[in-house]
Amino acid sequence: MTIQIKDRSMVTPGEVIAEGEYHLGSNVYRQDKKIISQVIGLVTVKDNQISVVSLKGKYLPRVGDLVVGKITDVSLNSWVVDISSPYPGILRPSSSLDRRFDPVKDQTRKIFDVGDVIVAKVFSFDRTRDPTLTLRSDNRSGSGGPYLGKLSGGRIIDVSPSKIPRLIGRRGSMISTIKQYTNSRMIVGQNGRVWFKGNTFEEEYLVLQAIEKIDREAHTRGLTDRVKEFLEDAVKNLKKNSEKTKAEKPKEKKDATKK
Amino acid sequence: MIISVKKMSKDKEEVVLITKDGIRHDGRKKDDLRDISFHVGVLDRADGSALITWGRNKILAAVYGPRELHPKHMALPDRALIRCEYRMATFSVPDRKSPAPKRREREISKILAEALEPSVFNYLYPRSVIDVYINVLQADGGTRCAAIAVASLALADAGIPLKDLVVGCAAGNLYDQAVLDLDDVEDKEGQGDMPLAYLPHIDEIVLLQSDGVFSPDLYKTALDMLIPACKKIYKLQRDALKSKYSQITEEVADAPEKEAKSKEKAKKEPAKPAKDGKKEAKKKADDKKEKPSEKEAKKRKFSKKSDKKTDDEKKSSTKKEKDDKK
Repeated sequence: MTIQIKDRSMVTPGEVIAEGEYHLGSNVYRQDKKIISQVIGLVTVKDNQISVVSLKGKYLPRVGDLVVGKITDVSLNSWVVDISSPYPGILRPSSSLDRRFDPVKDQTRKIFDVGDVIVAKVFSFDRTRDPTLTLRSDNRSGSGGPYLGKLSGGRIIDVSPSKIPRLIGRRGSMISTIKQYTNSRMIVGQNGRVWFKGNTFEEEYLVLQAIEKIDREAHTRGLTDRVKEFLEDAVKNLKKNSEKTKAEKPKEKKDATKK
Repeated sequence: MIISVKKMSKDKEEVVLITKDGIRHDGRKKDDLRDISFHVGVLDRADGSALITWGRNKILAAVYGPRELHPKHMALPDRALIRCEYRMATFSVPDRKSPAPKRREREISKILAEALEPSVFNYLYPRSVIDVYINVLQADGGTRCAAIAVASLALADAGIPLKDLVVGCAAGNLYDQAVLDLDDVEDKEGQGDMPLAYLPHIDEIVLLQSDGVFSPDLYKTALDMLIPACKKIYKLQRDALKSKYSQITEEVADAPEKEAKSKEKAKKEPAKPAKDGKKEAKKKADDKKEKPSEKEAKKRKFSKKSDKKTDDEKKSSTKKEKDDKK
């Protein structure tokens, strides 16, 4: 019963974390009595359970997850949705529309077309079959739940799905910080895809920078404070610049788009 | 020194592969490896990537996946398919190599895929594919072993669950003497070549080929050289993988110090690790209510510094512990 690696330190695949009777969490495996990491990530020990938080990796669908997807194919009675996972999501009108859908009269393409971005929930997934999605949020909790359906305008960016908890923060602290400073709307999919829409280009670009910062520095401590600091400074600069002459503005925009 | 040896050998029109003292044509001893260095995450578009410089070998590996497999009929119902493509650039060898894949490249692609497969938890992603593309930019012998090492590192960089990193290394026979890590000349002029791929933590051999002549004794001595050599390379691999992230950590730790120096005004909050969400929220609320006076700011700055010191101490202590374990 010894833990050889400290909590929150980095391990590589094949590195022995502990020896003895521990419960296996995610991204670890047992060989003989050793508990070994499967991925590069940070060790977390919680109530005798050892797991590794991966720093990268593909999204594996889980029932009930909110995902942001792109429509890649339309057939008579279904849509194929890219949810940045090894498996494509399947969305059917019967499980997504409030009214009846008649494949003879109604056209799927008129509802969602290729290239559309949607937010959906994972309805079922078991690895033997492709995950099915739904646009109905179960109203058991009462208050409607998050918006599901087509997203118009805005931008999407992919981050690695293991960093999504960091992007959301403790009880949504990180995400509300970003929203607050930039006055923008954000939808974070568990599949690592984030949709955001701001009022101005500059604010939207700030959101992008903040997300990229979180994606890059997700494994470090004190990230929420640093992001807050970054946004505070950036918003101040924005205000200063807007007070300055207008001649400088188009230049900045060009720079921003280059990046 | 090395150049003079080469000149001499040209005059004689034959290469002195190994002297009586056991010094090889490039000055290495029998059990010396060439210089090896890894870089992880060198490509942005791939899910995982790595570059290895092994002596004069330069090899780039890119990993895509696990992703949807096309054509669908190739999909395996119970596990992920691992597809490997080993290619040599036209400029990788002294004479231009034809860009069309040759028999040798197809063989190496196959053995690489088979050597990597035991290390991957492929049952986690049934019906999908993991693509590994390996490009040899510069070749100087022992590319298949180097290719295995980078490919495995690229897989780890892609976040694919692995049992262990795979390490490759070759041994050879030069006039009935076992030597480690053959280069191109030794490979061509020598009497035997034995590439090996190995999972160091699990102590499992995943590839063992042999070309040429090895007596039973020679074979054993070669194996005895290979295993420790693989462990050496393994350490380099791990360090390279960790350094990708530890660099960012260091950058982040350094940045506030620099800013503090450049900005004399102490406006910022101390970058304390957020331990409790509630406390944090309270802090924020306090900050909003009243702007901190200069005195307070100074205090904060001070506490920040002391925090850092303790952090540094922690770091050094953990390092020491690690060293002790090793």
